[in-house]
Formats: sequence, C-alpha cells, structure tokens
Amino acid sequence: MTDRIIEFREALYEAMDEEMARDPNVFTMGEDVGRYGGVMKVTRDLDKKYGQWRSVDTPISEEGFTGIGVGAALAGLRPVIEIMYIDFATLAMDVIVNQAAKACYMFGGKARVPIVIRTHGGAGRANAAQHSQSLEAWFTHVPGLITIMPSTPYDAKGLLKSAIRNDNPIIFIEDKILYNTKGPVPEGEYLVPIGKADVKRAGKDLTIVATSRMVLYALNAAEKLAQEGIEVEVVDPRTLVPLDMDTLAESVKKTHRLLIVNEGVRTCGYAAELMARAYETVFDYLDAPVVRLTSEDVPIPYSSALEFEAFPSEQKIIQAARSFFAR
Amino acid sequence: MDTKDQKYIEMFRQMHLIRAFEEQTVKLYMKNIVKGSTHVYVGQEAIAVGVSAALIPGDYITSTHRGHGHCLARGGDPNKMMAELMGRATGYCKGKGGSMHIADLDLGILGANGIVGGGISLATGAAYACKYRNDGHVTVCFFGDGGINQGVFYEVANMAAMWKLPIIYVCERNQFQEFGYSEWYYADQDLTKRTEPFGFKGIEVDGNDVLAVYTVADQCVQKARSGDGPSLIIANTYRIYGHTVGDPLTYRRPGEVEVWKDENHDPILRFKKYLIREEILPEHECDAIQKSAAQVIEQAVEFAINSPMPDPTTLLEDIYVKE
Repeated sequence: MTDRIIEFREALYEAMDEEMARDPNVFTMGEDVGRYGGVMKVTRDLDKKYGQWRSVDTPISEEGFTGIGVGAALAGLRPVIEIMYIDFATLAMDVIVNQAAKACYMFGGKARVPIVIRTHGGAGRANAAQHSQSLEAWFTHVPGLITIMPSTPYDAKGLLKSAIRNDNPIIFIEDKILYNTKGPVPEGEYLVPIGKADVKRAGKDLTIVATSRMVLYALNAAEKLAQEGIEVEVVDPRTLVPLDMDTLAESVKKTHRLLIVNEGVRTCGYAAELMARAYETVFDYLDAPVVRLTSEDVPIPYSSALEFEAFPSEQKIIQAARSFFAR
Repeated sequence: MDTKDQKYIEMFRQMHLIRAFEEQTVKLYMKNIVKGSTHVYVGQEAIAVGVSAALIPGDYITSTHRGHGHCLARGGDPNKMMAELMGRATGYCKGKGGSMHIADLDLGILGANGIVGGGISLATGAAYACKYRNDGHVTVCFFGDGGINQGVFYEVANMAAMWKLPIIYVCERNQFQEFGYSEWYYADQDLTKRTEPFGFKGIEVDGNDVLAVYTVADQCVQKARSGDGPSLIIANTYRIYGHTVGDPLTYRRPGEVEVWKDENHDPILRFKKYLIREEILPEHECDAIQKSAAQVIEQAVEFAINSPMPDPTTLLEDIYVKE
C-alpha cells in the first residue's frame, strides 16, 4: 500500500480524531480549540463530531484550564490540553511542574495523570519574543514529565496517539513552521513508540542529532554535504525524555563525530544535556570535540533581519559540519 | 437510635479521631520522629467532618497542606497516614510524600497539596470529570484564607460557573495565612463577595459548629448534584496551632487562642454539649468515644513506629507509570 502524503497538521488531527473515537475518556480543551478549530487548525471539527464537552473552548486562563486538565486526569479522564503557544505555558507552570509531574511519585505510585499538553514552539514567523520561544528544556528538567518533539507528519501522528494512551503527563511540542510541511503517512492504525529515536538518514562521517524543525534543516544540509563527499547521519531523538541514548551512541560509535542542533537557547539548553551525555557515554569514540548549534542567548527579535540570525539554520549546520573536516 | 443520631455520633467520633491524630502528630514532631513541614488541623475539625457528612462514596475532594483532617473525615486509614508522616514504607505514599502529600485515590482523595491553592484547579477538573461522566458525583475543594487570594481561583471559579460544574469550594477561614493574619491581605473582609461576579455568592457559616457546616454543605452538595453548579462556603474558624508545628507565633494577639479553645468555641466541646443536651449521647459515652479514638491513633503510632523505613533502592521507583 502506498502512503498518502499529508500535512503535519492533518496527521495531528487524525491522531486526535482516531483516539477520541476509540476512547470516550479522551477530550480536548484549550483556547479556541472548539468552534474555531484551534489556532493551528489541528482540532478542526472535533467539536462538531464529538460535542462541546469533548472539544472545549476555554477562557484565556492557562493555569486554570491546564489545572482542570490535571484534575480531570487524576479523576480518570484522558485530557489533551492545548496551550496555544509554548510561551503561555509559563502561566501554567505550577500545575505542570508541581502537580502533574509529581503526583505519581509523591503519592507513592498510585496516582495516574494521563494528560497530554499539546503546544507549539519555535521561531521563524516574526512572532517576536513572547510567541517564538523553544522552552523544551524547562520541561525536560522536571522528573515525572515526558517531553516529545516530532519532526515529521508520520511521527507526529504516531507519537500523539501513543501519548494519549500513555498514563504519564506528557508535553507534546509541535513547531509552528512544521504544520504546513508534508510527508508520507500510512492509512490506518499505527503507533510510534515513546522513547525511541529514529535515524532519518544514514551516513558514516558525521552524526547530527537534531530535534523538531532542526531535523528538516539537518536533512537539507546533509543533502548538500553529500555533494561535497561528507556522509551525514541524521538522528532524531523524537522524545527528549525519555531519551533513547543507545541509538544516539550507536551512531556516534560509527561516525566518531557529533554535531547537536537544538533550537533552545544555548545556556542550560537541551543541547547541553545531549553534549554532556555524549561525553559520558561515547567519549572514547570521538575523533573531535562535540559541537552544538543552538539559538543565541537572546529574546527572539521581530525583524527578520535579526530573527533568522537568532536560531540555527541549514547554512549554519553546513558550516559547522564542514568544520569537522577542515582541521 | 435513629439514623440521624447515628450519623451525629459518627461525626463526633471522627472529630475526636482528627484531634487525637493531630495531638499525636505534634508530640511526634517535637520528638523529631515526624519531620519537615507539618501543619495540624486542631480547631478546624468541624469543617472537614461537617462537609464530609454531606458526601457519598465516589465523590472527590482535594485537600491542602493542612490536610490530615480532610483525609480522616473521608475515611482515610490512620495507620497509613501516621506511617507516611514518619516516612515509613507502609505509609500512603511509601514514605515519598509525607504530611503534605497524602492521597487516597480509591477514596476520591486527590491529594493534600504543598502549594497554597494548588488543589483549586485540580478539584475543578475532577468536577469536570463528574459532569463529563454525568454520574451524579461532586467534588469538594478545601482551601484556606491564604489560598483564596491565589489568582487561579478566579480563573476556575469562572469556568465552574460557565459550565455549571458540580463543585463546592470550601474556604476554611482560620484567620491566618502562613505567618500572619489573613485580614492584612484583604481589600474587603467580606469573602463571600469573591465569587459574586460569577453568579454564586459565598455562604458564610460558623465553621466551629459541625451541624451548621453539615447543613450548608448538604445544601450546596444537593445543588451540585442537581446540575445547578458551583458554591462557595466561607467557614469561619481559628487556627489553634501555628502555620507549621514549631511556629513561634510571635505575631498572634495575646489572649486570643485561649478564647477559641474554651467550651463556647472549641468545635468538639460544642458538639459534645449539643449531643448531651439533645440526649443523643450521655456524657460518659461521649468520653468513651474520645478514649477509643485516642486508642485508634495510639495504635496507628505503634503501627508506624514498627514499620520499616523505605528501602533506599526504591528512590527512583514511581517517577513514571510503567506502561
């Protein structure tokens, strides 16, 4: 059977639709998810299909409705809460960090908080400092949370379905540029396992570990680098926590060189964690120091002349990759 | 004996159970057997017990950092509670939670909470689940006169009213927020107004009169069960001990606590007087209930002390649900 080519947004919609059809305890809630269909149109017509109690418009009260999601999860439902931009998650940090993430441990393993918090991050659409951040490291820093960042429509659908079925609190971070991207997605049911990285392109000379939209940049860069004779392997962790370090390590053992690309800012970012883990696990296999490409330590500016300087690009990846072979 | 009398006697027993539990907790804290941040419920027993008397199995509650009373009133196991306070493997949370994080999901107790006001949105979510399932159950959200100043309360009170959620917000106005008087932090001392804009003005009740609390709670619970939405109860009471055990209470007005401990104020002494006056229970039987409650708690202390500490190898267990 040939795969269909569909948009990232459509893949997410299908995941929501299928899981809501499958399990009456699944519902979604957030700003404009119902009547408007979601700011990124992921929840499109779910209110019409499943009713207003299952695709619920909320006031602009992030802490309140995220907390309602956490409480509903404790009481046995499976909410998918949409926080319109990841920047707004800062308003809901108590219920995410102190409540959802800790309930299972704090209550001795008996509590279940099967909530998925869908949100989107990333720069590149001139949304400026409060609508463009990549805050994944805020969540990967909290034990008890699972953090997922898909890069393709296939992964987005399969991972969202797995997330909805998972009994842990999950931060599911989409990228605002990715919604319009297209890719193959098979007809019918499939899941992508949480905690399993994916080698998006095989190569022998350099491993690029990239997350979310950076995977696309890395793949484009790899294409061009191949013309220069540099064979790049692109590894997408897909889930940041739990991290599939084995797949990453296997790749580095083969290529002996590691470039990390993550859109979060440099200081205490997720790239720093990947770098540390690489040194802990595959130091002996490295032929060169690990290099990380991140956003600059700066609020994301508005003007495109500035904004595109702030985060990693295909060109920056190509330059960084070449530097491994120029020494 | 009619069922009403039986119910009252059970409520009286629960109040004593809570008082005895808390008095033991203070003693154990002083001996450094119970540690950390421990907040006791002495003087507020009528609220947990009066509200819980209006609930049925399957209803939910959320509790606070001062949560032992709520847990006991909803049928929590004193052995597992005391073991948790002592950090034992047999505790409700296997020693991982302590005083501020006791939960019994099977009893609908969705947890005490270390964040002031932290349970308010969670309770509203549990009420959403009740409404979603349309199962006739309700959620009670206990919080205090500190918690009522958290902004999230107004976010979820709005949504609870919009969606007519079956929730009863119970503000236990014990007159303190942490290390000071809560009245210092109110622009208007009338807390019933706080939810008036959402269409459900608060109802004030004498929080040291267990039957008054029960009556008001019962009305609010019935309103919630019949789909008529949220309520706010402001239960006036007094925090007999400090914020935490060991609080030097330098800020408390002299002479005040003595008044609240006298027979006209103490909720247990008041209820005892009522039970005797109404010939529901003679004095010697009241005293017998007190004694037996004390014994139950002494046994809980024994159980906890004789329980093992958690195995250090369990440190990293239960962070995630294993799929």
